[in-house]
Amino acid sequence: MQEFKPRKTLLGVLPDDDVLSQCIHCGMCLATCPTYDLTKLERSSPRGRIQLIKAVARGEMDLSKIFAEEMNFCLDCQACETACPAGVKYGLMVEAARVEVDNSDHISPVAKAIKKFALKVVVGSKRNLKIFSRLLYFYQNWGLKKILHTTGIINIFGKNLAEIDNLAPKVSRKFSDSFLPEHYQPKSETKYKTALLTGCLMNVMFADVNKDTHELLQKIGCKIYTPKDQVCCGSLHAHNGDFETAHKLAKQLIDVFSREEYDYLISNSAGCGAFMKEYAHIFKNDTQYAEHAKNLSSKVKDITEFLSEENPELIYKSVEQTATYHDACHLAHTQKIVNQPREVLNRVPGLKMIPLEESTWCCGSAGTYNIIQHETSMKILNRKMENIRNTGASTVITGNPGCIRQIEYGAERFNVRAEVVHPATLLNRIVKWKET
Amino acid sequence: MDSLVKAKIKNIVGNDSYFDSDEDRLCYSYDGTPLYHQLPDAVIFPKDDDQISQIVKLANSAGFNIVPRGAGTGLSGGSIPVENSIALVMTRWNHILEVDRNNLTAWVEPGVVTGILQKEVEKFGLFYPPDPGSLNVCTIGGNVANNAGGLRGLKYGVTKNYVMGIEMVLPNGDLLKTGGKNYKDVAGYNLRDFIVGSEGTLGIITKILLKIIPKPARTITMTAYFNKLVNSAQTVSDIIAAQITPSMMEFLDNTTINCIEDYTKIGLPRNAEAMLLIEVDGKGSAVDEDAAIVQSIFRKNNASNVRITSIESEGLILKTARRSAFSALARRSPTTILEDATVPRSELSVMMEKVTEAARKFDVVIGNFGHAGDGNLHPTCLTDERDIKEIDKAHRAFEFIFNQAIKLGGTITGEHGTGLAKKQFLESVAGIPGIEMMKKIKTSIDENNVINPGKIFSISPRCEGSLPHRQEQIKDFH
Ligand SMILES: Cc1cc2nc3c(=O)[nH]c(=O)nc-3n(C[C@H](O)[C@H](O)[C@H](O)COP(=O)(O)OP(=O)(O)OC[C@H]3O[C@@H](n4cnc5c(N)ncnc54)[C@H](O)[C@@H]3O)c2cc1C
Ligand code: SF4
Ligand code: SF4
Repeated sequence: MQEFKPRKTLLGVLPDDDVLSQCIHCGMCLATCPTYDLTKLERSSPRGRIQLIKAVARGEMDLSKIFAEEMNFCLDCQACETACPAGVKYGLMVEAARVEVDNSDHISPVAKAIKKFALKVVVGSKRNLKIFSRLLYFYQNWGLKKILHTTGIINIFGKNLAEIDNLAPKVSRKFSDSFLPEHYQPKSETKYKTALLTGCLMNVMFADVNKDTHELLQKIGCKIYTPKDQVCCGSLHAHNGDFETAHKLAKQLIDVFSREEYDYLISNSAGCGAFMKEYAHIFKNDTQYAEHAKNLSSKVKDITEFLSEENPELIYKSVEQTATYHDACHLAHTQKIVNQPREVLNRVPGLKMIPLEESTWCCGSAGTYNIIQHETSMKILNRKMENIRNTGASTVITGNPGCIRQIEYGAERFNVRAEVVHPATLLNRIVKWKET
Repeated sequence: MDSLVKAKIKNIVGNDSYFDSDEDRLCYSYDGTPLYHQLPDAVIFPKDDDQISQIVKLANSAGFNIVPRGAGTGLSGGSIPVENSIALVMTRWNHILEVDRNNLTAWVEPGVVTGILQKEVEKFGLFYPPDPGSLNVCTIGGNVANNAGGLRGLKYGVTKNYVMGIEMVLPNGDLLKTGGKNYKDVAGYNLRDFIVGSEGTLGIITKILLKIIPKPARTITMTAYFNKLVNSAQTVSDIIAAQITPSMMEFLDNTTINCIEDYTKIGLPRNAEAMLLIEVDGKGSAVDEDAAIVQSIFRKNNASNVRITSIESEGLILKTARRSAFSALARRSPTTILEDATVPRSELSVMMEKVTEAARKFDVVIGNFGHAGDGNLHPTCLTDERDIKEIDKAHRAFEFIFNQAIKLGGTITGEHGTGLAKKQFLESVAGIPGIEMMKKIKTSIDENNVINPGKIFSISPRCEGSLPHRQEQIKDFH
């Protein structure tokens, strides 16, 4: 085979050649990969992609169009990492490979510009995100969206855009930072000292989940620190290969959350929690931030993880309801949080939990995957919805905003009658305030 | 391969089933075997018997080789391409065609994943026992071609005990149908059993009839740990001497226990020198009686931390952990060369000692685990293919282990097959008359030597790859 230049940049992002060499090509990960399942082609499997990345990184193969396609076809769901007994760090490799792809000419300039705009300009700045969300809110609620859709005008821009428009989460009427107090002190005894991450997109699109989480923590007797000036945790940027912005945001967030004393930093978004737990590792050689990062990472807990470990006393309203639980990839595969949410939900009397087949199989949301790889995402979603339909449950519980929106959309599109909620929302509904 | 031939191949299978990009070729240049890889000239996914037949005929007339491939989890290099070859991949043939509950049989396509078939028949209260560690990924076609074993081999046998019929496209393009639903059948040579284990060298299997059995009513899973290797080996001998046939009797050494624990975090004791995973199954109280005897043997041999469960999900966690052994060992080092030496069961403890001796003598790290009940061990050398010296030491250690196994009346491979990785050792077990007979059979069926040539043995002096022994050779492979 022809020789190409080793990709210093690709090798550079990866810690060392050991990461590339770890895979023993045993194939044990193939069964869990949604994209391999669709094509049955080795190149859309984790094992195949690793071989491709290795070859490109070592300069044995050119960074081609097929390579670019396969890296973007991957959901980055990390189911393969869970399945891999050898401990191969696939996520690290594919994210590094995507940086290379973004810097190559195998991505259209328009797509590149959109991505850059969305990540750097919109999500990268809290102020801008709020302005754009406001505009989107007006579009969604002041009849313009309805007009465009009912008249079919939106289809002028292509059927896909119309679909995507439907997929976009609804902007909350009020952003959570406008109504959650920076400091909350329980009236009676303080049981736990906590801080709450309200996130960037969570703040504007899922303000009610933030509200539910906050209320639930109140009911438990938590002191809650919710800094108003918290920024995006940087995970969106890191997953898209923009490590510079990711690290800048992460440092800002560490600063903000190091101002107060607390024992738990509660997250209700799987992706953010996963990334904040990585801060310790990311900044381990940073003289200024290493200590703070380690400290912060050690306090991060997903809300269900916190509830399962601490098992606080909760008083439940009487309910009679069937529900099923879908594992968000960033909880199950990245943070290995699988049993905790189930434990918490099983404790609720009257809530009948029905096991979901293939619950750890990705729903196809995967960040912006459902927009960029719309058709594939819908095939994967269809499979998820059929499994949900088979449970017959009236409620689907899942711990990540992206999954909530995707499954809500799936319920409409594939005609499955089920409400989709965050565990914090469900629990807040059925946990009573303590009599004081 | 010239472009005209490629165009003809493409014409037969269609654009959507033909791939020859550098990327696709790279992705079919390996299987689960360490150290070997070779690029195919193209990769195809034929859709029916007729397409396969046409491809085979073309291979004969145009002069290229065909390497059949399932999921590519093989550990002896059976599906690794050879010179001037196309990879013929069967993974899209993944339909279960019939489950016959009156005859207790199932017709399947070769690309059906073993674990999926098992789940499917279990829905009817039935059981397909062969369970290689790779069962969630590997295909029935690959299992039949390699006569795969598994954890339950001790009581239930291996793949060959469950194959009742085969349809296969022969190297001349004809479709062979052999066997059927009859429990007894002695019409002519037993071609069916002969095809099982032929490692894809005699044709392309396109349909398989499997025997299935009723699912055992109860299963008890037990684990025990030992501070000394000899105690675990003695336990195995004692259980066999007590005339109990567990459905599973798996052994893991300290290195393997630790790697598995790193992966699964299920609380295996890291200090133990050895672990046994034993399962007994059957009906009613007989299962409890067997389990009680096993436990008394555990006690006699100073086992600690004995755990017993009859809950299926708990047993499954332990079995899944055991199945990850080979890959989990890669946590220690990036190249894991695993062997498959098998000895008569009575020689197991001697063999275990020889493995330890090999590690010491050649200064290599070896993790050892395997199917203790059937004398089939998988000593695995933990090494790094980037370090030529280490690889050389590993090969010398294995040569020692093979020779010891043969001296004990054992064999070089119990279930993974000869393929490329073990062909240089075949003569020492099969003998010259044995190899000569194999070659004669092969040449009479595959006159032009186009179906998976160079596997098991070499017919012509062509270099289809041998064990990369010396530094120069290793370089050639990269
Ligand atoms: C982690 C791990 C654990 C394993 N554990 C076990 C174990 O416990 N027991 C065991 O026996 N093996 C085990 N194996 C080895 C391997 O999984 C088996 O050999 C399996 O049968 C290979 O199936 P496959 O579909 O991957 O076939 P491949 O590897 O693709 O092919 C294997 C051979 O079959 C031939 N072949 C495949 N399909 C056809 C067809 N349709 N027609 C003709 N020839 C065909 C190929 O040419 C090749 O020679 C393990 C492997 C791994 C990676
Ligand atoms: S990623 Fe892990 S499971 Fe997959 S082939 Fe590589 S070593 Fe095996
Ligand atoms: S991250 Fe998900 S989609 Fe990507 S290779 Fe792994 S399992 Fe497949």
